[in-house]
Amino acid sequence: MSAEFANWWPAPLLPRRDGGAASLFFVIAVLSFLASLSAIGGLAAQRAADGWKDQLIGSATVIVRASASDTPDAAAARAAEVLAGVRGVSEARALDKARADALIARFVGPEPLPADVPIPRLVAIDLDAAAPAKPAALAAALKAAGVDGTVEDHGPWAAQIMRGAALARWLAIGLLTVIAAAAGAVIAFAARQGLSARRDLVEVLHLAGATDGFIARLFQLRFARTAAQAGIVGAAAAIGVAAALRQFGAGQSLAALLPVAWTDLAAPLPWPLIAALIAAIAARVTVDAVLKRSP
Amino acid sequence: MSRNPEAESAADIYPGTLAPPVVRFEKVSMRYGAGPPVLHDVSFDLASGSFHFLTGASGSGKTTVLRLIYLGDRATGGRVELMGRDVATLGRRERPALRRRIGVVFQEFRLLSHLSVFDNAALGPRIAGRKPASYRADVVELLAWVGLRDRLHAMPDALSGGEKQRLAIARAVVNRPDILLADEPTGNVDPAIALRILRLLTELNRVGTTVLIASHDEDLVARAGKPVLHLSDGRLSRFDPAARESPQ
Repeated sequence: MSAEFANWWPAPLLPRRDGGAASLFFVIAVLSFLASLSAIGGLAAQRAADGWKDQLIGSATVIVRASASDTPDAAAARAAEVLAGVRGVSEARALDKARADALIARFVGPEPLPADVPIPRLVAIDLDAAAPAKPAALAAALKAAGVDGTVEDHGPWAAQIMRGAALARWLAIGLLTVIAAAAGAVIAFAARQGLSARRDLVEVLHLAGATDGFIARLFQLRFARTAAQAGIVGAAAAIGVAAALRQFGAGQSLAALLPVAWTDLAAPLPWPLIAALIAAIAARVTVDAVLKRSP
Repeated sequence: MSRNPEAESAADIYPGTLAPPVVRFEKVSMRYGAGPPVLHDVSFDLASGSFHFLTGASGSGKTTVLRLIYLGDRATGGRVELMGRDVATLGRRERPALRRRIGVVFQEFRLLSHLSVFDNAALGPRIAGRKPASYRADVVELLAWVGLRDRLHAMPDALSGGEKQRLAIARAVVNRPDILLADEPTGNVDPAIALRILRLLTELNRVGTTVLIASHDEDLVARAGKPVLHLSDGRLSRFDPAARESPQ
């Protein structure tokens, strides 16, 4: 007898091929693809916001107005010299007239302004990243040196960017939640349909002494496995798309907006597990509820 | 608990038997939803080790009686007792254990088409959580008893009607149930096979299994010479304990 059972192993109690299994696999794979892209996109958006914020927080601009006894260039040079000596400032550079003209050209046009129009000079400051100087300290140093200047610390811009980044993060989390809920709903529907289509099988199992838990576990494992497999396919597709964007999208506007790092591609890796977990819970809850109503 | 005056007791049918009946119906009524009653005040006892036929025309309530015994439905009136337990008081978690003591055979076999002959027959021990090595020999022996020793790895679709029914019997008795219910077990097989199936059921009864067969095959019932519960329009019209001898 042992020879007859050499390669034998009990077959699964639920049929391997079930009606609608391919459709369910496709839907879960698409949802997994979208969830994975959301995760990667969320991380990239956060990275972009962090970069912009660092650039803004790490610098400041001072608008210098020359006094009657000074030329604008001399006033700017003196302001740069004063500011360079303030603790927390790495470098202060007075921008010459050509740079100042270039900056305002975008607002007043390319034609040169009359020489008697008082164009304020700018001083660009790079702040020490570890202990940046406070705007008040910069203003105090200018005042002490008798320089008429206004410090722009870019703080309001940075705050707006951070708000935008937070919004993007919550959007990604919201999207992931909606997709997870959709996956759960799809699995619950499929489990209900599967149970209805297999009523005979369920009755035979009950008659053979199966508990509701035993039967629910069969469906739970089946749907968890399908979701995990579909999750792998969806996540792999998303990783492929993101990798292509990372590799070939450099310099494009989308790549600048969403700077995907290679490490971001790891974000979808837990998704198959999450999908399996969602499927297991949804299937179990659904099947338990249906079986509880049976005699 | 008072005896039901309409029911023949185990002691009546099998004098000297003190054991409580394995199945007791007391004024059992049943209706599905808002439909008409399927059973009206049906009362009977089945003694342990007895063999009965449940007869009646199509729609008379035979299948409903079986469903109530194998816990496929709940009676809407009266009391059903199995192995001394009032099924109405059974918790959901207690039902599977009781169901394992009841084997059921259907006219349409209800085999699992994606499982082999062996896997179908081994369903009971597998669900009970036994390791394959612990039940393999028992199941093979059981399949040999029903004449399917050489079809172990065949799929149900490849079996004849008689083979399917014998497999269904093997599956129903693999857990050594106290009660075996069969709903028209010979309805889809030819007379020769029907006799063979009847012989198998009789052998099971000889080793102590209580057998209840729903059938409208009058020839088979007459040949068997077993007590008959006759249903007519949902009422138990005849409970004939006279013919008690098993067929030879």
